[in-house]
Amino acid sequence: MNKLTFRTDNCKGCGLCVDVCPKGVLALAEDIINKKGHHPVTAVKPDLCIACAFCATMCPDCIIEVEKGV
Amino acid sequence: MVVFKKPHALSDVPLHYCPGCTHGIVHRLVAEVIDELGIEGKTIGIAPVGCSVMAYNYFECDMIEAAHGRAPAVATGVKRANPDNIVFTYQGDGDLASIGTAETVHSAARNENITVIFINNAIYGMTGGQMAPTSLPGQVTQTSPYGRDVNLCGYPVKICEMLSELEGPEYLERVTVNSVKQIKNAKRAIKKAFQNQIDGKGFSLIEVISSCPTNWGMTPQAALKWIDEKMIPYYPLGVYKDRSAEKKEAEQ
Repeated sequence: MNKLTFRTDNCKGCGLCVDVCPKGVLALAEDIINKKGHHPVTAVKPDLCIACAFCATMCPDCIIEVEKGV
Repeated sequence: MVVFKKPHALSDVPLHYCPGCTHGIVHRLVAEVIDELGIEGKTIGIAPVGCSVMAYNYFECDMIEAAHGRAPAVATGVKRANPDNIVFTYQGDGDLASIGTAETVHSAARNENITVIFINNAIYGMTGGQMAPTSLPGQVTQTSPYGRDVNLCGYPVKICEMLSELEGPEYLERVTVNSVKQIKNAKRAIKKAFQNQIDGKGFSLIEVISSCPTNWGMTPQAALKWIDEKMIPYYPLGVYKDRSAEKKEAEQ
């Protein structure tokens, strides 16, 4: 099982990670608003994550931590 | 096993950049390179004026704020006084290619042993999207609402091409960060620029073609596409000068 951790309060909801994920794991949470006033990213299909870390590589705010085989 | 986490050299402070701005990616790449080379304790960064004016908040190494455009001059002084320290500047196009052109050209001509990270997003971001020296011909900005007219405003400044004509600089490369593949390539280039300085080879400049979704008036996704469609044809990626490689080739 791979684990994604988000520093949600730093997310600006740009959605670059959502676009770059090859498995469609991520989405912007339309029902949540974070401290900055954005819809932050969440893992909607965490089971599909292959820990490629494309999302974390693309994230301009470095909010994603990726762990493999937890 | 942790596959990816925030590099130690990048501080916990939330970045002030707009959503989708690639400044954050380049900050992280610089921090990752500092971590990998194990030079955090002896690195001194020079922050510019522009969007990245508060870069001193985001790196854990020592930072100095330079007057507008004068980062390479400050870096020259710091490096000459402390030759054992690693000195880098982080500058935008309004800083490096406009008000600071003289400092850039002359520090390159002198082959100062410093590393320069140059963010080219073809616009003045912090002041609200005015035309920059690097704005593309025909590009619509706040001060060129009908598109940049080259007869009136001249042509964009291509820093890598311009500096490659000098005999001084050691390493010049243009990269971009609009996809995962390009980000990995940019990291390799930045690492080489820092390694050149550690090896005492001299002036290395990495030009990073970046996006400015806010002032280009696009979504972050469209801005990354615009880099591919408009920026890269005008600013081709690649290595513009690598004196060590040239020397090696000449010897063979």
